Amino acid sequence: MIPTAFDYLAPSTVDDAVRVLADAGEDAKVIAGGQSLVPVLRMRLAAPTTLVDLGRIAELRGIRDDGDALVIGAMTTHHDVRRDPLVATHTALLRAATDTVADPQVRHRGTFGGALAHADPAGDLLAPALALEAEMVVCGMDGRRAVAARDFFVDYFTTALRPDEILVEVRVPKHTGWGAHYEKFSRVAQAWSIVAVAAAVQAEDGVITQARVGLTNMSSVPVRAHAVEDALVGRPATVESIRAAAELAAEGTRPAGDGNADVAYRQHLARVLTTRALVTAVGA
Amino acid sequence: MRITVTVDGTTYTDEVEPRQLLVYYLRETLGKTGTVVGCDTSNCGACTIHLDGHSVKSCSVLAVQADGAEVTTIEGLARDGELHPVQRAFHDNHALQCGFCTPGMIMQTLDLLADDPDPDEHAVRHGLEGNLCRCTGYQNIVRAVRDAADRMRPGAGPAAERLADDSRQMVGGE
Repeated sequence: MIPTAFDYLAPSTVDDAVRVLADAGEDAKVIAGGQSLVPVLRMRLAAPTTLVDLGRIAELRGIRDDGDALVIGAMTTHHDVRRDPLVATHTALLRAATDTVADPQVRHRGTFGGALAHADPAGDLLAPALALEAEMVVCGMDGRRAVAARDFFVDYFTTALRPDEILVEVRVPKHTGWGAHYEKFSRVAQAWSIVAVAAAVQAEDGVITQARVGLTNMSSVPVRAHAVEDALVGRPATVESIRAAAELAAEGTRPAGDGNADVAYRQHLARVLTTRALVTAVGA
Repeated sequence: MRITVTVDGTTYTDEVEPRQLLVYYLRETLGKTGTVVGCDTSNCGACTIHLDGHSVKSCSVLAVQADGAEVTTIEGLARDGELHPVQRAFHDNHALQCGFCTPGMIMQTLDLLADDPDPDEHAVRHGLEGNLCRCTGYQNIVRAVRDAADRMRPGAGPAAERLADDSRQMVGGE
């Protein structure tokens, strides 16, 4: 299988990337790690006239400590996110979710920013980004702006990025000392999540003080399980209180039904996986 | 578009179409057919190579993205007619049935062992999750990877050690 012909541009700075993207017109497409896009091109599900490769832009790679947040360059690979000690210490949820992305080969090429900008509702990094209240820094011809994760994901494979904008970096607020777990349900190795749950919990003296729960593939966009979060705060960090709160996990969700799972089964999975994610997160 | 790529120690400069996949560049332009196309959908891992020291699926990389990079394929592992210890371990443990997945399995095994020189069975299975054996011959593959780890352990023997040291410079990386 061979993609249709396209022009290929590999700018070396963000400013150049934005300019060539704007010049290339609406049939241009940005390629990051290419682990979703190259298969799509190969199957000719997309036929862009121009590909703008961000792979040569050094400033888009790397992770830095910025006080109360980590700043992750959009082109940082999943492999590098997994290995980063700052990520493990301050955003353990992100580390846990990244561990489950695809397989080692894909994690070597695939990027954090690429996965977020691709916005596949079954992608494993969207719910953690939402749960940790990450902020996307994007750049276009009019300069840079920040978009909260809850506003960034708009619909299936659709984000708030404008046609001339690229995702530059992601600010992830530190959740140092929080327990975290990403519980994923799929049929076979390296398959997409049928449903998955991202959970981060802060507890003091055995009592839950704050909780963040994000759901993967329970809608066209990642979803926060606010009802579960609210039900946990002030409760003892025990299996019993987690079970009770997790009953609310599917409230208000409208997942799609497909060959893997119908709506009721997805909602059932959301409750079960939320329990498991939270139990592991708090070590109950 | 003109690209320059070092493959198995030799540097090549070629004109390629931007849409050409790296695996087809290796196979059709360079004639390195040891790297095979299995599924063409990014699932099977048969086309696994190392790009700048990390395993990747060469059906999911454009040749132009490899411009300036160093590539190692299954064809670059043997030295002076001697199989690499991982190749030898796959041979001795009969870690293949039809053999089509073998090049990718071996390239991913090198990546795994560079990362974890003594993986237990679970770590082997997890580390090879991006590689499918349609013959379902996983038992012997897992056995071969653990055997390869033994052969590449420091003190395992002069021949294996010499090859293992070479391989650490050539591939894997971390």
